[in-house]
Amino acid sequence: MSTRLAKQGRLIDRSKQVTFTFNGTTMRGYEGDTLASALLANDQMMMGRSFKYHRPRGVVASGAEEPNALVGLGEGTRFEPNQRATTTELFDGLKAASQNHWPNLDFDIGAVNTYLSRFLPAGFYYKMFIHPAPFWKHVYEPIIRRSAGLGKAPDKELVDADTYEHFHVHTDVLVIGGGVAGLQAAKVAASSGARVLLIEQTAHWGGRAPVDGGTIDGLSPDEWVSRTVAELEAMDNVTLRARTMGAGVYDHGYALGYERVADHTPGVPGPRHRLWRIRAKQIVSATGAIERPLSFAGNDVPGVMLAGAMRDYVVNWGVTPGQRVVVATNNDDAYRTAIILKKAGVDVLRILDARKEGGGALADEARALGIRVDPGKAIAKVKGGKRVRKISICNQDGVGGAREEVEADAVAMSGGWSPVVHMWSHCGGKLIWDRANAHFRPDPDRPPLGADGKGFVLAAGSANGPLALDQVMADADAAGKAAAKAAGFTPKRTKAPEGAAEGENAMEAVWLMPANAEIQLRMKSWLDFQNDVKVSDVQLAAREGYESVEHTKRYTTLGMATDQGKLSNINGLAILADALNADIPQVGTTTFRPPYTPISMGAIGGEARGEVFQPVRKTPIYDWSNANGADWEPVGQWRRPFAYVRPGESVHDAVNREVRNTRENLGLLDASTLGKLIVKGPDAGKFLDMLYTNMMSTLKPGKCRYGLMCSENGFLIDDGVVARIDEDTFLCHTTTGGAERIHGHMEEWLQTEWWDWKVYVANVTEQYAQIAVVGPKARKVLEKLNAKAGGGMDLSAEALPFMEWRDGRIGEFDARAYRISFSGELSYEIAVPASQGLAFWEALVDAGKEFGVMPYGTETLHILRAEKGFIMIGDETDGTVIPQDLGLGWAISKKKDDYLGKRAQERSHMADRDRWKLVGLESVDGSVLPDGAYAVGEGVNANGQRNMIGRVTSTYYSANLGRGIAMGLIQHGPDRMGEIVEFPGTDGKTYKAKIVDPVFYDKEGAKQNV
Amino acid sequence: MLILNCPYCGVDADETELAAGGEAHLKRFGPGSSDDELHDYLFTRENPKGVHLERWRHASGCGKWFHAARCTATLEVFGTYKAQVSGPPQEIRDAISAKRPGWSWREFS
Repeated sequence: MSTRLAKQGRLIDRSKQVTFTFNGTTMRGYEGDTLASALLANDQMMMGRSFKYHRPRGVVASGAEEPNALVGLGEGTRFEPNQRATTTELFDGLKAASQNHWPNLDFDIGAVNTYLSRFLPAGFYYKMFIHPAPFWKHVYEPIIRRSAGLGKAPDKELVDADTYEHFHVHTDVLVIGGGVAGLQAAKVAASSGARVLLIEQTAHWGGRAPVDGGTIDGLSPDEWVSRTVAELEAMDNVTLRARTMGAGVYDHGYALGYERVADHTPGVPGPRHRLWRIRAKQIVSATGAIERPLSFAGNDVPGVMLAGAMRDYVVNWGVTPGQRVVVATNNDDAYRTAIILKKAGVDVLRILDARKEGGGALADEARALGIRVDPGKAIAKVKGGKRVRKISICNQDGVGGAREEVEADAVAMSGGWSPVVHMWSHCGGKLIWDRANAHFRPDPDRPPLGADGKGFVLAAGSANGPLALDQVMADADAAGKAAAKAAGFTPKRTKAPEGAAEGENAMEAVWLMPANAEIQLRMKSWLDFQNDVKVSDVQLAAREGYESVEHTKRYTTLGMATDQGKLSNINGLAILADALNADIPQVGTTTFRPPYTPISMGAIGGEARGEVFQPVRKTPIYDWSNANGADWEPVGQWRRPFAYVRPGESVHDAVNREVRNTRENLGLLDASTLGKLIVKGPDAGKFLDMLYTNMMSTLKPGKCRYGLMCSENGFLIDDGVVARIDEDTFLCHTTTGGAERIHGHMEEWLQTEWWDWKVYVANVTEQYAQIAVVGPKARKVLEKLNAKAGGGMDLSAEALPFMEWRDGRIGEFDARAYRISFSGELSYEIAVPASQGLAFWEALVDAGKEFGVMPYGTETLHILRAEKGFIMIGDETDGTVIPQDLGLGWAISKKKDDYLGKRAQERSHMADRDRWKLVGLESVDGSVLPDGAYAVGEGVNANGQRNMIGRVTSTYYSANLGRGIAMGLIQHGPDRMGEIVEFPGTDGKTYKAKIVDPVFYDKEGAKQNV
Repeated sequence: MLILNCPYCGVDADETELAAGGEAHLKRFGPGSSDDELHDYLFTRENPKGVHLERWRHASGCGKWFHAARCTATLEVFGTYKAQVSGPPQEIRDAISAKRPGWSWREFS
């Protein structure tokens, strides 16, 4: 059984007991435990079930690489699935539940899959479910989705109770990993004067060294770590952060750190996670190494564990995973586990060393302790269901016969160590194959490159390949100095610390145990524990023609689980290389992509949620509208009232009331969001002639002209009214959403193509409040203001005709009045300084009472313009529509030699008479056509679908006309007036509409011209 | 995330401050051009693994458009320069040549 030892446990505080629950059972641990160590202390060896076969699984590792021990943590608004028990710090009241089983962890119906595993090989889903095609969506997928998957997603009705934030940091040197290598690299870099940020994913400094032993400068690793951390903390130019993982390294020295601020103290005020967005001149990757499992049959039975992890559990947390342990290894390091277990009073039955020559000094020490060491031996098979019961032992160089059996309850395995090369590789650092250690390590000649073409990442310590403590310390010292130098500092000439540890014999690559294992064994030898990929699966993929490692990965799902193959990749690769009869470096690795381990969506979002998700732009009249029933609608970053809803009214009622009142009496629209660009200079007219399809240079000061803007590709991108202010100055109105985009468009042409033209553009959108005073009584209300406060502007039809503008005073306001109309009514759009906007609006509301004034929102704006057949950018246009499609040929100058989009509009398909063209649509029964519905014509296309001949672009209920009206683009539309067209709706109904003129209301335009 | 130096305001700008504008030094083909010329002008773009000259705007900064000479494979930046030129200036060509001898990009080398 796994149990707590009487002594040991350098990270736990035995005076502080902690209570937690696992699957509803109350258990006890100590402060400093991880969830995994506490579960082991409670003899909870089985922690979950695998993804495909639902096999019982126990913890196999002790850190971020853990593939098996995934749990659902917390509950309600703090529930999170798929959390690794090995990286979860224990706290009082923690609630954890295992995953991927039904009805419970001990008895799981899905485990039947393991007996069917013969019939569920690699690529099974691809092969089985491809026919018949319709079955996929309706039969196969729902069943597979129910039976697969790891943790359950949190309840969609609940909102995460925690907050998150981002830090933005610039530093000279970022050191990722706070083991002895990272500490040393940080120390020498910092002593050069460089600013150093040192981050460590766990809560503790020192990494593995305190567990693995040896000495540094004559001190125990623990003592050296405490001393060095104290030195670093005393330096002003050093920032240390524990519980902060290096998540990814990106272009030009950008890196992400993921700080788990409060995972271990839920509910404490402050953010739960913090995302560090770091710019570093140099990055030192001191991320250590990860131990590889050995591939023998039954290596997934709970109780089989990495040797280094088992040592961690004993030394760090005072827990032994078993009482009778067998150690299997291909290297000397695993002997440390045997020695530590033996010294802790655990029975170590055998050390099975796959190497014929066996180990060195550590082997001698083990033997001296009375441990039996068997060189050249291997595990043929581990027997047991929910935990290890027996081990069959065979020769490593055989097929797995001639077995001897021993009764054991735990296995420590070691297939050697692989450097954690993720931070090196994320941004393009290349690897070389180190034959001696059978691992990939960073190739110092091919680092990821920065803006200057020089490397900006250095690997240090065992992340760079060296595994022995003396080499690790020397390598880290050199890396720290090199990083400081590359960041522009002069490192001090100090001696590297002396690391000392027992000498080790060379390891020997063992990719399969025993080397020629027969098929029955290979079918039970796991490579990827989480996704259930076995040696036999990779071999099958190779036989079926998968030669590329990237293809094999996707076919077998090797390394595609949430652990991203931290344990399985190299082992799988070696099996694939062997099956293909190729060298391992020739097969290559799959791509390392950030993040290193999954980071929370909350951390990525940071503060950007709720009200601060993005900045909201508000007009000067926003607060008034808010107090007067505005139903808000987002338009870009602006908020505009959709309608002003009165008490007891529905939004629909409000819109109908506003629509009628504006036509009959007086409406006010806050049009401040409309884009306003000043284009000024001697060449302004020439410039605008190029930007608009019609002629702007001939416009007289004091007059307005409606203009269309196209892209060079010919398509309509914006429209609006241009007013000529004086000889050199134009004011261009853009759509609300287009102001910034069109400003950028103008700047691009001015700066990159016509840079010798004398023109400046300024975006003055927010400098003015602009109010549309609309309706038959518009002039009356303005004249009343003038009469009351002695404003001077003559607003008569003679003094200010349609499509002209004047500056002057209206009432007590400095104003610019444009006689322009987007509604077909008598209309003045009046701009006042933004600071006067609210006062002017309130004056109009006050003076307008006797005329029945009502503010109106964007929906009324839309309906009024649709009644008049005016197009709206984004409704009638979608990036594929040219002005000619919309019957706007009148706004395209025939006199101009050139404008943006002119040449493109001459292409044959732009002039094609089969293009869909703008028409009005009148539903036969008066109902409102569904927005976006397609019109269908005769015949069917190659897929048997009815041929499409057009679509609805705008559709509304018009209260003025008492019926639904719509605009649409229809093939040969203008030639088909009076025809009835069918529009199948997504609701199964077919809508019928008559093609009519797009101008539904006041066709002569009499109302605006008064 | 790239860092490019804005040649107008001198700021080393994060990519989040910048807007990419595609290929630099496009020659405009307007009315009178052939269909093929127009097609190439609108749609055919260089897509090298290596030296690339491209247009950027310091959108959340000074608002100016500028050009960058960059290696698309290694992300090395050979230099940035103002947009008011129809080809890369000599010092930029020299900087590229120093790192990528024998380079060429469209008609430039």
